Amino acid sequence: MTLVAVFFYLFAILCVVAGAGVILARNPVHAVLSLILAFFNAAGLFVLLGAEFLAMLLVIVYVGAVAVLFLFVVMMLDVDFAELKAGFIKNAPFGLLVAGVVLAELIVLFAFRDLSLGAAGVGAVSSPVPDVNSGISNVDALGRLIYTKYAFFFQVSGLILLVAMIGAIVLTLRHKTGVKRQSISEQVSRNPKDAVEVVKVPSGGAVIPSVEGQ
Amino acid sequence: MSQETIDMLWQYGLWLAFYVGVSLVVLVGLLVIIAFLLLMDRKVWAAVQMRRGPNVVGPFGLLQSFADLLKFALKEPIIPAGADKGVFLLAPVAMATFALAAWAVIPLNEDGFGLWVISDLNVGILYILAVSSLGVYGVIMGGWASNSKYPFMGALRSTAQMISYEVSIGFVIITVLLCAGSLNLGAIVNAQKIGLGTAMGLPNSFLDWYWLALFPMFVVFFISALAETNRPPFDLPEAESELVAGFMVEYSSTPYLLFMLGEYVAIVTMCAMTTILFLGGWLPPLNIAPFTWVPGIFWFLGKVVFVFFMFSMVKAMVPRYRYDQLMRLGWKVFLPLSLLMVVVVAGVLQFGGLV
Repeated sequence: MTLVAVFFYLFAILCVVAGAGVILARNPVHAVLSLILAFFNAAGLFVLLGAEFLAMLLVIVYVGAVAVLFLFVVMMLDVDFAELKAGFIKNAPFGLLVAGVVLAELIVLFAFRDLSLGAAGVGAVSSPVPDVNSGISNVDALGRLIYTKYAFFFQVSGLILLVAMIGAIVLTLRHKTGVKRQSISEQVSRNPKDAVEVVKVPSGGAVIPSVEGQ
Repeated sequence: MSQETIDMLWQYGLWLAFYVGVSLVVLVGLLVIIAFLLLMDRKVWAAVQMRRGPNVVGPFGLLQSFADLLKFALKEPIIPAGADKGVFLLAPVAMATFALAAWAVIPLNEDGFGLWVISDLNVGILYILAVSSLGVYGVIMGGWASNSKYPFMGALRSTAQMISYEVSIGFVIITVLLCAGSLNLGAIVNAQKIGLGTAMGLPNSFLDWYWLALFPMFVVFFISALAETNRPPFDLPEAESELVAGFMVEYSSTPYLLFMLGEYVAIVTMCAMTTILFLGGWLPPLNIAPFTWVPGIFWFLGKVVFVFFMFSMVKAMVPRYRYDQLMRLGWKVFLPLSLLMVVVVAGVLQFGGLV
């Protein structure tokens, strides 16, 4: 048994345990923390496969940003456990149905994986992965494929993300009127001439402020 | 057991012992350096305010950090009654661990033996970016598990802040990567042997380092590093005038010590990152005789201490930002600027024939 195998089993077992923790934990925050642990171990498995770039991206994007936002939202929830339990019994049949369908699909997939699946079948990918010993790094190999063969898909996925981003902004952005905001450029460009008015006060008299000064 | 198995185990044992040993040397060295950097931080801060700073424990107060360590370690840790005990204790451990983990890939020197680094990853810079973005978990877990209002608010602020500034740090790193053409930290430093200075016909010197060629990005990176590590003037998660001590309100004793340790390690990591990306790592400022006699590690440490000194001076001199100003700076100033610079740098490299 080599060291790689030891680490594989370590990561794989932890990943499965953490995955179970996600659905078994009573407290939603604990569930999200388990999810993060599962992500981590998946990243470890990627490293063992030699896909270190993918592993780092998984950690940066999912663990470092997406899961943080998950945690953010979940922490704000005011969870009533009694209500959760009642909901569990009510929704259990539907959940079982979904689980059954997924299980059936998996069984079909594994039992008949020799079926000819056309272009999407096993072996259709013409092994674009360069040899580990070829001296070509992960990033290099990915770049060669993404910016040549898959340039169109790359651009399209970028556009889809852009549309999603604009959509999210359009849906949530509200301009409230009457809110006082700081305008830094306005503050910086103020000069004494506009801001300060030197007034000669006649003795015994009063100063009537100009309208603009208010 | 056959002879082969014994040989293999012996080999793995040696290999494991070597890596454990090297890691221990780096970690212990780092912790000792941080103990003195912490003292330096306080001394610099004191000097700016015309005080003496810690000067009682040991000569010139040199042992102050160790006295603090002992005091923290010997106090009783108090866990609030309503706290989520497991997560509450996990948070500081997570923060310190993630912060220390970043040092696995930081190259300290290169000489006849090769690169002085625990693990020479091809994607070293992404690893540091990934691990440093994980520090936020310590903060957010601690804030939530304390089951108290101020820690929670501090945690929310910190999360938003760290995620915002990670974006601009990422883009700054991309500009450096474009110039260096590698994600390997050692290769990035070595790429700085050729630059503006050599293009003008001068010998290899400090003018070649990326701080000059990418000066706006150097400034953006420095300020973003301050924000990313919750350093003043961006220490809003623990702004004492608003949130008492932020996410650390309920912490005491060793858990608190671990939080502080994680914070300072993250700061020193950012100093090392600045050194590697912009200040030429272990390269001497002038590649001529008296400077090249000094081993590279001293140049590296010297630059790290210099960047740390700038961090301390900023802490001493700049008043704290307001939260909306912080967000404005991150999203409306740094993000467009760094995006623009990515395009400009890529264009210059491509059309200037520098690739």
